[in-house]
Amino acid sequence: MRSLGDWDLAEELVQDALVAALEHWPRDGIPDTPGAWLMTTARRKGIDRLRREARYRDKLAQLQEEPMHHGSALGDERLELIFACCHPALPRESQIALTLRSVVGLTTAEIARAFLAPEATIAQRLVRAKRKIAEAAIPMRVPDAEELPDRVAEILGVLYLMFNEGYVASAAGERRDLADDARWLAQLIVRLMPDEPEAIGLLALMTLQLARAAARFSPDGRLVLLADQDRSRWDPRAVAEGTALLGRAGRMRRTGPYQVQAAIAACHAEARSWNETDWTQILMLYEGLVRMTGSPVVRLNRAIALSHVAGPARALEEVEALDGELARYHLYHATRAALLRDLGRAADARAADRRALALTDNPAERALLSERIGA
Amino acid sequence: MRVDGGSHVKYMLMFISDDSSWDPSKPEIQAAYARIGAWFEEHRSSGKIIGGEELKGTNTATTIRRRNGKITVTDGPFSESKEAIGGYALVDVTDLDEAIAMAKTWPVLSAIEIRPLVER
Repeated sequence: MRSLGDWDLAEELVQDALVAALEHWPRDGIPDTPGAWLMTTARRKGIDRLRREARYRDKLAQLQEEPMHHGSALGDERLELIFACCHPALPRESQIALTLRSVVGLTTAEIARAFLAPEATIAQRLVRAKRKIAEAAIPMRVPDAEELPDRVAEILGVLYLMFNEGYVASAAGERRDLADDARWLAQLIVRLMPDEPEAIGLLALMTLQLARAAARFSPDGRLVLLADQDRSRWDPRAVAEGTALLGRAGRMRRTGPYQVQAAIAACHAEARSWNETDWTQILMLYEGLVRMTGSPVVRLNRAIALSHVAGPARALEEVEALDGELARYHLYHATRAALLRDLGRAADARAADRRALALTDNPAERALLSERIGA
Repeated sequence: MRVDGGSHVKYMLMFISDDSSWDPSKPEIQAAYARIGAWFEEHRSSGKIIGGEELKGTNTATTIRRRNGKITVTDGPFSESKEAIGGYALVDVTDLDEAIAMAKTWPVLSAIEIRPLVER
């Protein structure tokens, strides 16, 4: 692949050869030199092949039931492609678009729909990213051991954002579910780099969040908060799978933010009811997460856990200390509103909810806030 | 972009810092010079450096502009910014990752802009 130099072609060849491998290997057996076979086959075939493969991803999934890991020709080339797509020298939005295009195999139109962006914007983004890869010589290779931790973190950051983009937006039915794509990619990363506990942690987190997907929206598309969700609609198999992944990551004894977030999700998933939630445990996990990330959003979430352990007055103090950093973040105001309501300050709560409403475009969140304000 | 085996790309590493804080008479700046010297030495011996210089401060800069056919010469740097290029290294490496790895070992505090050279 390195000999090609041209990104488009390299991308097409890898994807096209994978599809071909799917068709031939089960029938003819895996060739002695799979890498060479792939390249020969890829060159022989037309490069438009992939675009005609509507369900490319599903087919690829079949292939992956065969053991495929870092060290095999197929695994290596895909991993190299992911590292290049998620190179820190590319802007985050390009990393996401390029990964969806080159690794997942989505069309530009599909990516545009997922982001509610004009197709021309996404096309432009992809062109710029590919041009930078070519002109600045961003390599398609797995980074050296020294660089690996940062670069893996970069990939996981891309997948985490992709997942959240999909997870928050999943109310709007016509949008593609990016959360699903992100989870698929996380599975791929875990398969290719089985010794990265944070990758497993991220996959566990996604699995546990998606386990609750069916209960997150009412039949008429309204957002249902965790406290009000019908827990019988959670997917127990996904919960078990997520918890098992978390255990596997934990045994590697290298903790990190994704594993901690997955542990918090597991606490919620394992509580039979809202009242049985182990808030002390969750608060401790948030303490750890604050130490790891220092993020104000994490501190906001810790304050929510604190309100269940120490009451809304203590939590409100913590929340209001974040005013400077989070004044433009709608969930800051929504959280503050909830605490004010618990303290019986209904008018202040409504004012805070109004500020939250003014800061979000998400239809499901807007509906919920409007209802609380009584508008 | 590259050929099999001995692939090479040339980049300029531009070292950017606030040059008002760069006073060569201070002992810590002299220590920094020693570390910079060692950095060039190390990378030159592995054949990755093809050039590099330090620039005098922006107080020595002169800017020439051509506008509507008229040429003006003024005192001072092109940009008003306090941060300016204080020096550069020209490197010859296999790809951006290698250039980044080199830049990460640069021994003094500065931003480093990496730009590939146009090759003809």
